[in-house]
Amino acid sequence: MVVRKVSDNEKESEFMNNPQRSLRSVPRMVIILLIASFSGQMFWFQYFLPPSAQVQPLRSPPSVSTLRLLSLGDTIVTAKILMLWLQSFDNQNGQFLSYQQLNYTALRQWLERIIQLDPRSQYPLLVASHVYSNVTDPVKMTQMLELVYEQFLLEPNSRWPWLAQATLLAKHRLKNLPLALKYARSIAKHATPGMTKIPTWAREMQLFILEDLGEFEQAQLIIGGMLTNEQVTDLNEIKFLNQKLQELAAKSMASEGK
Amino acid sequence: MASSQILILASYVIIEAIRTRFFWVMIILLLIGMGSTLFIGSITLIETQAIQSSWLAAFLRLAAVYIVSLFVITSMVREFHEHSIYLWLSLPMRRSTYLLGKLSGFMMVALLTAILYGVSLLKYVSWEVVSIWTFSLGCELFIVSAASLLCVLTFPQTIQAFSMVLGFYVLSRSITAMQLMIQGPLWQNVYNWTDFIVNQLVDLLARFLPPLSQFTESEWLVYATGNLENLWIIIVQTAIYVTLLVAMSLFDWYRKNL
Repeated sequence: MVVRKVSDNEKESEFMNNPQRSLRSVPRMVIILLIASFSGQMFWFQYFLPPSAQVQPLRSPPSVSTLRLLSLGDTIVTAKILMLWLQSFDNQNGQFLSYQQLNYTALRQWLERIIQLDPRSQYPLLVASHVYSNVTDPVKMTQMLELVYEQFLLEPNSRWPWLAQATLLAKHRLKNLPLALKYARSIAKHATPGMTKIPTWAREMQLFILEDLGEFEQAQLIIGGMLTNEQVTDLNEIKFLNQKLQELAAKSMASEGK
Repeated sequence: MASSQILILASYVIIEAIRTRFFWVMIILLLIGMGSTLFIGSITLIETQAIQSSWLAAFLRLAAVYIVSLFVITSMVREFHEHSIYLWLSLPMRRSTYLLGKLSGFMMVALLTAILYGVSLLKYVSWEVVSIWTFSLGCELFIVSAASLLCVLTFPQTIQAFSMVLGFYVLSRSITAMQLMIQGPLWQNVYNWTDFIVNQLVDLLARFLPPLSQFTESEWLVYATGNLENLWIIIVQTAIYVTLLVAMSLFDWYRKNL
């Protein structure tokens, strides 16, 4: 019988090519323990750890200083992540909550915090004016519209589209014309020509609300002011305002006649 | 002579990074980041690109800090455990040359990491903005590499050294937020001697730590606010702080009785 002597180099090469020993070298007890513990985990998960169906309420957010501290100096990313978390809060454990079930006071606080962390983001005001305002509860809806209004006052040039949407919601969905007029007037007040990007149609929203309220004379005064102050330069716009002025005058006469 | 030794040591560090599959881990983390970014993009309503870029940037920044600091620590711990450090020091080489050679290698690895992660952001942000971000990430990683080297020389065990680096990084990132907190109105109203001590302690920490919250800001990517002025501050801060960390490491290294 020839016994070949295995050199150290060959041993090393064998180890490098096949660094693991055969399965037979594992004691049977270890294999049994491995299978049993794996089955135990599967069994435990299946029968004793059902997914929790309990809905978590939305709680008030921590202070903006705490959030800044937790963000490790990167508030923009924290604001973006918080926004996505808040947006998906109504979907918990596979259950879709209606906005009616959400705590709107806490929701408003969260949105305010997100704006404080990232003031240039339009996302919180978009969800406030287009998503969370889609509730039947007038109190909750007003909470969202008021948030948009307050935030508009801080940065009118970039936030006017959301207040324009809030004005429409207050007028058509909430049927609260005084509230709609307050928002529309605010847009018009902050739309100083040459200093703002707010378009003319947004400034004219107050006219239609005043018309709906029956305040024809006030609407006429505003149009007169716009025309004499040369706030409107577009010829079609001027023509439209003149027509509106005549319509309002006729309506005013008719209402006085009654 | 010393500069060629530094270059040789640095090249060995890069070879070590390749052999320990450092760059594979880096690519796997990049893929995880990009996968999560695609998921986030699918749930956003607006500002998709802004949210995706800020998320990916934050993820990659933390991933880079994590792998670079762990690489520095494990590489040095291995040198100590395998006694290869004695081999190096038995050669006609000054201790400072050894340390600077290793640090140069670690910084090269950090730079490569910053460049690869920066390039991955080009999908979402323009190259001008990405260049500023990448440069800043490189500087941040230089500081982290130097801090990791100092920590591993002081505590030559992985867990202790990594915990120290983690503490240093978290504190450096949040120190500005902490300073803002103690300057807030809540602190001004109730001010006693304990508040005074905490105030002074935070102020002292702020003097010792680099304000890393001003580095690699997501805001630069989202709102394109990064400019050369930001970079100058970062370059000067990095130069000062890396020099300080190297001086501290050398002080510790020369006193080590090997």
